[in-house]
Amino acid sequence: MDKAFAARRRRDLMVAAGLVIIAALLPLFVRNVYIQNIMVLTLMYTALSQSWNILSGYCGQISLGHSLYFGLGAYTTALLFTKLGVLPWFGMLGGGIVSALIAMALGYPCFRLRGHYFVIATIVIAETTLLLFQNWEFAGAALGIDIPIRRDSWLTFQFARSKLPYFYFALALAAVAWFVTWWLEDSRWGYWWRAVKDNPDAAESLGVVVFNSKMGAAAVSAFLVAVGGSFYAQFVSYIDPDSVMGFQFSLLMALPAVLGGIGTLWGPMLGAVILIPLTELTRSYVGGSGRGVDLIVYGTLIVLISLVRPQGLVGLFAPRRKVAAP
Amino acid sequence: MTAETIIQSLASGLLMGLLYGLIAAGLALIFGLMDVVNFAHGEFLMIAMYATFFLFAFFALDPLLAAPLVAASLFVLGAMVYLLVVRFAMRAKANAGMVQIFSTFGLAIVMRGLAQYFFTPDYRSVTHSWLGGKTVSVAGVFLPEPQLVGALVSIAAFAALYFFIHRTDFGRALEATREDAGAVALVGIDKNRVFALGWGLGAALVGLAGAIMATFFYIYPDVGASFALIAYVTVALGGFGSVFGAFAGGIIVGLVEAATALALPPSLKSIGIYAVYLLVVFIRPRGLFGSI
Repeated sequence: MDKAFAARRRRDLMVAAGLVIIAALLPLFVRNVYIQNIMVLTLMYTALSQSWNILSGYCGQISLGHSLYFGLGAYTTALLFTKLGVLPWFGMLGGGIVSALIAMALGYPCFRLRGHYFVIATIVIAETTLLLFQNWEFAGAALGIDIPIRRDSWLTFQFARSKLPYFYFALALAAVAWFVTWWLEDSRWGYWWRAVKDNPDAAESLGVVVFNSKMGAAAVSAFLVAVGGSFYAQFVSYIDPDSVMGFQFSLLMALPAVLGGIGTLWGPMLGAVILIPLTELTRSYVGGSGRGVDLIVYGTLIVLISLVRPQGLVGLFAPRRKVAAP
Repeated sequence: MTAETIIQSLASGLLMGLLYGLIAAGLALIFGLMDVVNFAHGEFLMIAMYATFFLFAFFALDPLLAAPLVAASLFVLGAMVYLLVVRFAMRAKANAGMVQIFSTFGLAIVMRGLAQYFFTPDYRSVTHSWLGGKTVSVAGVFLPEPQLVGALVSIAAFAALYFFIHRTDFGRALEATREDAGAVALVGIDKNRVFALGWGLGAALVGLAGAIMATFFYIYPDVGASFALIAYVTVALGGFGSVFGAFAGGIIVGLVEAATALALPPSLKSIGIYAVYLLVVFIRPRGLFGSI
């Protein structure tokens, strides 16, 4: 491996560590609960988008059905807790494993599809599951599940009085998702994925097992998104099919990565930091009277980015690297 | 369940299916022409429905009379969308596939936001029209008039489209551009003009469908979303790019939906369509009539 690349990876890791420390100190200065709420959501979408980016960005399999794994994570945790009294921590792990297994089971037929057939299959599968949950009596059908509030405790991961525990968990989740991406980027898998994305036929001929590479990406991506869903269930303490499995989550996971830079290490975080506060703020300040302004703002942003800077905003922030002399 | 109920539902399913085919025709046309899936297709339908509603509300124009006007306005909208957005999306060097998806997706979000902002999220409906709420009885089977006329319009539109593609100069230019966009430049066909007209035509078709839909369906900013997914499934079933595959796909979707509604609770009626889509592409990854 060349030295410049190794140095860049070390620098990325240090920048990330620095950002985590700064983020961890933020709540000392920001006491406003409304702003804290936005910070939690921003971190959560950073984590989700980073996870989505593994399958759709690095491996190039654009999924618009990741709300499925988000919802499965939320439902697994909530069902295990309300029906069997299993602590959310185990629910999180369980939701992640269930989602990863389902992602592989679905990947088996889906990864034979290419292009638009694949994208539409991901939407269709997520919508089908949404309909099934809306009609599944045991899981509360369309009414959903109310997670009973007990005392504030890390054991049950419930906090009614303060947002801070959620904030730190979301920060940890975002950091883990980033670190997993960082680590995979330079692993065998990372190279396989990029090869599969660029030219699956050439990759196959060079001995990359394309199918297995896609399965691996799907499993990691689904696991992390499901943990995000579990977290969200605890955070809002009430879930129903539309509010955790609706199509809007599939979009909201994809858009930060698209904005920041799809298939890049820093893109999802950069995109989430811009997009989530922007939409939350426009929704509450402008959207009150007319509704829809938040949609206009981020729809426009997405169109502009797609047309003007398809590689995402991330390149604008990176220091110009000189091409090393041989 | 009697035989009559089954025939009754399948008949309405068939009519609805022909309308689905008309909704999907434009999507298939645009895809066939330039390999782009328009993710704002549902929003074109939504705008057509609103246009019909406002022509009715302000000028008391019956949706049937409004239909040509709506189709013409949608033609302009479609051509504009190509010239202002899609044309530039086609030039993307990085992430080409992603750019095509998200530029039209972003547009869909903007259109939905604009509709919410200007028209409010309230549900609207065309309260009385020549067709709305009426049924005719054909050999003992009751058929709702809006769907019946919609089905006839759909058949007529597909026939006109067939004639247009095979018998006119522009239609031949369309076919030629679809086969080889680079080579047509050599014989003096302006690729951009053909694409813009293709988008206009595609949007006009969904405009026609929207005018009919407005007579029996509620009109609200998100109305396009559910029909858009049905349209993608219809187009994919027929095989992307095959305009007449969309016709067949629409009929299949309509019949499957009706059959599902007979067997399962109404809230699950879309499950059948989704299942058929997955089944078809898993067995034949290019759709039923796909050739690409």
